Amino acid sequence: MGSQGGFGQSKEFLDLIKSIGEARSKAEEDRIVLHEIETLKRRITEPDIPKRKMKEYIIRLVYVEMLGHDASFGYIHAVKMTHDDNIHLKRTGYLAVTLFLNEDHDLIILIVNTIQKDLKSDNYLVVCAALNVVCKLINEETIPAVLPQVVELLGHQKEAVRKKAVMALHRFYQRAPSSVNHLISNFRKKLCDNDPGVMGATLCPLYDLITIDVNAYKDLVASFASILKQVAERRLPKSYDYHQMPAPFIQIKLLKILALLGSGDKKASEQMYTIIGDIMRKCDSTSNIGNAVLYECICCISSIHPNPKLLESAADAIAKFLKSDSHNLKYLGIDALGRLIKLSPEIAEQHQLAVIDCLEDPDDTLKRKTFELLYKMTKSSNVEVIVDRMIDYMININDSHYKTEIASRCVELAEQFAPSNQWFIQTMNRVFEHAGDLVNPKVAHNLMRLIAEGFGEEDDTADSQLRSSAVESYLRIVVEPKLPSTFLQVICWVLGEYGTADGKYSASYITGKLCDVAEAYSTDDTVKAYAISALMKIYSFEIAAGRKVDVLPECQSFIEELLASHSTDLQQRAYELQAILGLDANVATNIMPMDASCEDIEIDRSLSFLNSYVQQSIEKGAQPYIPEGERSGMTDVSSFRSQELHEVSSHALRFEAYELPKPVMPSRVSPIEQSSSNELVPAPEPSYHAEMHQVASSVPSVSDTGSLELKLKLDGVQRKWGRPTYSSAAPSTSNADIPKIQNGAPQLDAVSSSSSKAVSYDSRRQQVEISAEKQKLAASLFGGTSKSHKRQSSGSQKVPKTNIPAAEKSHVAKNATSDTAVLERTPQPPPDLLDLDESTVSSSAQSLDPFKQLEGLLDLNQDTSTLTTSDASASGAPDVMSLYGETTLNVQSGGVPNLLPAGRDEANLLSGLAGTPNRDGHGENTVTNPTQQLNKGPNAKESLEKDALVRQLGVTPTGQNPNLFRDLLG
Amino acid sequence: MIHFVLLISRQGKVRLTKWYSPYSQKERTKVIRELSGLILTRGPKLCNFVEWRGYKVVYKRYASLYFCMCIDEDDNELEVLEIIHHFVEILDRYFGSVCELDLIFNFHKAYYILDELLIAGEPQESSKKTVARLIAAQDALVEAAKEQASSLSTIIAQATK
Repeated sequence: MGSQGGFGQSKEFLDLIKSIGEARSKAEEDRIVLHEIETLKRRITEPDIPKRKMKEYIIRLVYVEMLGHDASFGYIHAVKMTHDDNIHLKRTGYLAVTLFLNEDHDLIILIVNTIQKDLKSDNYLVVCAALNVVCKLINEETIPAVLPQVVELLGHQKEAVRKKAVMALHRFYQRAPSSVNHLISNFRKKLCDNDPGVMGATLCPLYDLITIDVNAYKDLVASFASILKQVAERRLPKSYDYHQMPAPFIQIKLLKILALLGSGDKKASEQMYTIIGDIMRKCDSTSNIGNAVLYECICCISSIHPNPKLLESAADAIAKFLKSDSHNLKYLGIDALGRLIKLSPEIAEQHQLAVIDCLEDPDDTLKRKTFELLYKMTKSSNVEVIVDRMIDYMININDSHYKTEIASRCVELAEQFAPSNQWFIQTMNRVFEHAGDLVNPKVAHNLMRLIAEGFGEEDDTADSQLRSSAVESYLRIVVEPKLPSTFLQVICWVLGEYGTADGKYSASYITGKLCDVAEAYSTDDTVKAYAISALMKIYSFEIAAGRKVDVLPECQSFIEELLASHSTDLQQRAYELQAILGLDANVATNIMPMDASCEDIEIDRSLSFLNSYVQQSIEKGAQPYIPEGERSGMTDVSSFRSQELHEVSSHALRFEAYELPKPVMPSRVSPIEQSSSNELVPAPEPSYHAEMHQVASSVPSVSDTGSLELKLKLDGVQRKWGRPTYSSAAPSTSNADIPKIQNGAPQLDAVSSSSSKAVSYDSRRQQVEISAEKQKLAASLFGGTSKSHKRQSSGSQKVPKTNIPAAEKSHVAKNATSDTAVLERTPQPPPDLLDLDESTVSSSAQSLDPFKQLEGLLDLNQDTSTLTTSDASASGAPDVMSLYGETTLNVQSGGVPNLLPAGRDEANLLSGLAGTPNRDGHGENTVTNPTQQLNKGPNAKESLEKDALVRQLGVTPTGQNPNLFRDLLG
Repeated sequence: MIHFVLLISRQGKVRLTKWYSPYSQKERTKVIRELSGLILTRGPKLCNFVEWRGYKVVYKRYASLYFCMCIDEDDNELEVLEIIHHFVEILDRYFGSVCELDLIFNFHKAYYILDELLIAGEPQESSKKTVARLIAAQDALVEAAKEQASSLSTIIAQATK
């Protein structure tokens, strides 16, 4: 067998592997590897190393690198080894370079020559090896060096070479499409290759090409469909079968291609309907691979032009997935549901309880997938429940990547479907509180705008109510420690703008809070800038209202601190604030008008208000302005310099155009201030006030800084938040929290109607899982569409209404259904035990029998191996006995379908109630046991032989990991 | 597309790594650390998929060894699960009831087999028989080359005596 050749390494190397295998910590492993690196560094540079030895060094380098250490000192030796004529060494060299080098490594240039030579070799295996390297290492620069040969190899007589040549060409296309653009037709040609392997490989590049440009390949629809048909009809050689499925990997690839080609194309889609339907019928839904093909069919069906019949069979397949006990299938079911829901929204409703089960599943992956589905099916009727759940989940995870994603989804849904402004603000507060640093700053600006604009209708009282509630909630939240910066910015802005608007809170109260914020987050300049702008607004509102402003001592010290701040932005704001404090009411109203953040600001780009001033200056003999483009004889630099000079000397205006406000500079210096500072001639302090006046009066609508900033940033942002979606929601809302009259009876009725709905779709599952809470959730998620089931609801209302405690209820239900459950379960194939884990109750219970039977077998072998210290504990400490026991089980299910064993709790439940299913399971095991034993015989022996061999070599990897001997596969 | 293949033992020891997308040595270490934390702690009856940094990682445990493949978000998870199984079946056929130890001592052979199965992150051959035949041919060639080399060296040795 192949493995025997594998132990041809030196004792030294084996010892290395062994010692690493026995290392008890990562640190120890690192120490060993570093020592090995030292040894290799020394050895590899010795003169006249025999080639055989060198080959081993290279393999040891690969090993070191695999363990995450740097072996770059030996790369050059690997490169040299590729030059060797001996295929044995060359192959090692090639393997090493593909593992060591990235496509942009400098050493690649040294290999290209060898590759060129090898591509021309008479020996097709050498050509194959070279093509492997080509796929990995040839980069844009070196493509031309090998391209002609690779193209030539497309016509090689050996299919293995043709296949790899296709893959190499595909790789070139990915790297540098332009280099092979003229060769793309080759892929079409190779589709007709008479070797199925080559044809299969060609599907990869074609898939890529079709993704890029569908229309260029519409003519191939018929060919793909007919290939798929032939594959499904088992026209390919038997060797392409996989678990009794004809070439499933090729089928999947073809289905992917068809999905692309049929998308939005009725004519093309029609050519596929028959074959897809055939495949769905033929799919063996008891094997993993069968389900993989089935799933791909669903994906394809949901992508192409819809066909009612296919949609129906897709829905059936989804139902099967969701009802399965395997988490993998449930996951795919949820995913498929998400795809199909766009075409037929009503399908989700049938599966509501299954979806909720998945949502509450402890498996994080499944949960996330379910959230994705919910995200896709959110409507205004269920947005509250869904977003609420999402936020709850978001709070409890640490993975910042996913947290960001789910936060932005919450925001998106809330913006799209919010039933009320109040709810929107509350939701946003929660999102900001827990993931504020992760959400896009745009979201914060949207929120500010919403509060400023309200519903966008004329109802002012609603708007001011909204604002007051926002202010109130913020005053409550702001005392909490450690709020994210973005959220604080929103809070400061809202407090500044509307804190005193309804007269509920005094200016000193709000300003006090603002100063607290600034103090608590004194390292965050942005927050401080927002805080001081807010102070400025509140003070100017006070002045405008004619009240006397008394600045709190803490505010005073805050302002003073900022006056001396290192940040020019903060300093400027502080000075401006100081200036405003000295103004009279009239001016203050002009500078900071009340509630004007939504008003447009007119900017006089031509600066017409300066005309008279310019005129005066010209009359006094100043040079007229010549636009930069018209100036001649000056380089840009010199013009700039002279201008600067001019500016400095005369303190006149700068003649360059105003800087455009920067598009996205979240909450830095607000653009209006930048531009106003540009407008202003750098003047000594005293005249500052006067000029402020001037600016303020000449540009009357300069309102407050925040508003312009807001306006600018929202440019081009799609406005999603709005009325239409909301209003459409009204009729179908059946929120669990609000007692809703439905069918004449309040809430309870909604619950029961949803339960009856579920009864109609699957009695077994439904009854097992009746639980009031879930139904409530289901009702609120899927509630909008309960009409169709109203008829039945009256009939089955009794079940949930009778006040039996949930557990008892389900007990009864289970008893009633267990018989059918048993019936349904028996035809299932033996469970796959490849995914073993010793710790689970069910698997250990099932593996009890085989253990005992195997004891005898192993005892026979005891003298040959010290390993068989038999201790058949079913609890599953990693001892050898259990290893064999479990591997034996593998045998049983080797090539057999991979349905996972029944969920643990379900199995327990059933065994407790009915008893039969479990016994049934045991029966299956005992029946198959004799064959297991027969099968196992040679395997156990082989493993022991291996052990003996390793021992002969002086390696005893018993130690802590006897698992090493365990068969990976029965 | 498959971005990388990892074989990790239950104790978190790396048994094989193959990177189809460029990752620096530092990133690789980080990826392995992150993923082994994520995958090795998962319970037995859960999905064989985990979402990770916008990719999906499909894994399957065979005895004490975890086979992991990282794929794009829109790839078919179940198919990749079967690609893993396909790989294991081929290993099994080659080594004869393959066990972790075989892979530890013959990782380079596992690499050769993987190279026949996947190329540049795409599955290139789905026929077990074809792969087995190619590997066998390569082995035979190597054996022949070895013999030749040794006979050559004996000739040289004799000649230079």
